[in-house]
Amino acid sequence: MIEVEHLSKYYGNFMAIEDISFKVEKGEILGFLGPNGAGKTTTMRILTGYMPPTSGTARIAGYDIFFDSLKARREIGYLPESNPLYGDMSVRALLEFFGKLRGLDKKYLKRRISEVIEKMRLEEYAETDINKMSKGFRQRVGVAQAILHEPAVLILDEPTIGIDPVQVVETRQIIKELGKEHTIILSTHILPEVSMVCQKVIIVNEGHLIAADRPENLSIGISGQDKIKAVVRGPMREVAAALRDLNGVETVDYESTGVDGTARFNVSARINRDIREDLSKLIVNRGWGLLEMQPVGLSLEDVFVKLTTKEEI
Amino acid sequence: MRNAFGIAKKEISSYFSSPMAYLIGAVFLVLTGVFFAQYLLATQEASMRGFFSPASFFLLLISPVITMRLIAEEQKMGTLELLLTSPVTDLQVVVGKFLASMAMISGMLLLTLYYFVLLLWVGSPDLGPVATGYFGLILLAGSILSVGLLASSFTSNQIVSAVVALGILLLLWLLGNLGSFFNSVPWARDILNYLSLSTHYSELVNGVLDTRDVVYYVSFIVLALFLTVRSLESRRWR
Ligand SMILES: Nc1ncnc2c1ncn2[C@@H]1O[C@H](COP(=O)(O)OP(=O)(O)O)[C@@H](O)[C@H]1O
Ligand SMILES: [Mg+2]
Repeated sequence: MIEVEHLSKYYGNFMAIEDISFKVEKGEILGFLGPNGAGKTTTMRILTGYMPPTSGTARIAGYDIFFDSLKARREIGYLPESNPLYGDMSVRALLEFFGKLRGLDKKYLKRRISEVIEKMRLEEYAETDINKMSKGFRQRVGVAQAILHEPAVLILDEPTIGIDPVQVVETRQIIKELGKEHTIILSTHILPEVSMVCQKVIIVNEGHLIAADRPENLSIGISGQDKIKAVVRGPMREVAAALRDLNGVETVDYESTGVDGTARFNVSARINRDIREDLSKLIVNRGWGLLEMQPVGLSLEDVFVKLTTKEEI
Repeated sequence: MRNAFGIAKKEISSYFSSPMAYLIGAVFLVLTGVFFAQYLLATQEASMRGFFSPASFFLLLISPVITMRLIAEEQKMGTLELLLTSPVTDLQVVVGKFLASMAMISGMLLLTLYYFVLLLWVGSPDLGPVATGYFGLILLAGSILSVGLLASSFTSNQIVSAVVALGILLLLWLLGNLGSFFNSVPWARDILNYLSLSTHYSELVNGVLDTRDVVYYVSFIVLALFLTVRSLESRRWR
């Protein structure tokens, strides 16, 4: 439904995104996760046809976003980052305006306007000017506008930013609901949001795509490879120092287990580096005792934090 | 075209939802009314000249206020992102906004027909110059508004947009006066005169309908709108 191929965007000489590729299948909700400044908004603006990429292509529902821009745009409902809306229009007038621009015929538009007003529970505000509404209700108007023409694809840029916690929960519920009828890309810098709402996640950092998978796979895929709990019999400090010297190891901390001469070590290594064999060899070769070794699965959060903080080693 | 009308309709209703449109209309009517009455009393001739001559300059002064928000405001509020990601072309956006501002000015000019009715009542005015005069005023308004729209696409600050528009317009207006410095270089004088916004208008007010003048204004409007479309496109490319 959405195919993104090698997208790059430079603002002048500044690289905002580089070589971003991913696919979203029909009916999926994709979480587009990354810290501020990662390039999420830039990518979404390219997909919605607001600006062209410096290089690369993308197709929405089969339409090239550059060569078939108008057709591609018809298939998209877009909720931009700060949810800009015409404040001097009533909800109904705004929906009428965008409905006409999207080429909906009168009868269908009329029906859809009452449907989305009902769906977003805006009945009481239908004739209210938008700048008189609270942020939470404006958010609903933004979503109403995006789904008005029943687009195949919804692109939501940080839809839960700047609204109160109750509305955040509500908005996530709405998005999940919308996922039944639309293919969705949802950007966020809030990690738990992805596990709550999305079936698939991609992580971007400083303009680069650094991981793409299902939220649960993302932790399974690298579990046991980079965080290990081990109980070792031997001189604590010496063991720790030896472990730190091991190729690929980043940090080591330890505590006594209480049992004489043994200690529990938490070893973490660089992503995608399996150090289990090296670790066990080392301990055996030095004549210490490896009593226990247990890989620890990383949560999505560990992955996110790990991937998006710069490695020092 | 349907899209352009949709955009025009939205802009027109937003004009009427703010006091600005009424205020500008009132100022224009009062000012031109004073000049019209003064001319009528001084010359005792049933002619619209007393309206047409000052009207053009007042139009030039007030139009930037009509056009300043058209694109600048959308850039500031971020709504341009919604508008430009709708399935509409940049040309439709520009034409729609231009039509809205034209409708505003035309409505205002329609009210000034009241002066003509007054003349019919006190004498027998010559219809020809009135018709060409209004035609000229509409063409002139189109040119002025298209420059205002162009200026509005340059910035997200309405005041900056109005000042830039006024600067460009005054320059184009005064090109004719500049021409008189070049009396010894006839070709330079003729070019400046031809480029000036004001010279073509005076011909029409005098009742002379020359295609060259019409072609001038129409090409002027087309060029300014074309540049506005390019300016919008370049926002996207940045
Ligand atoms: N119009 C622009 N001109 C120049 N730099 C920009 C522009 N928009 C965004 N950037 C820069 O590009 C980077 C990515 O921005 P953005 O896509 O907004 O990130 P995100 O949405 O993930 O926070 C940031 O460093 C930002 O400062
Ligand atoms: Mg952003």
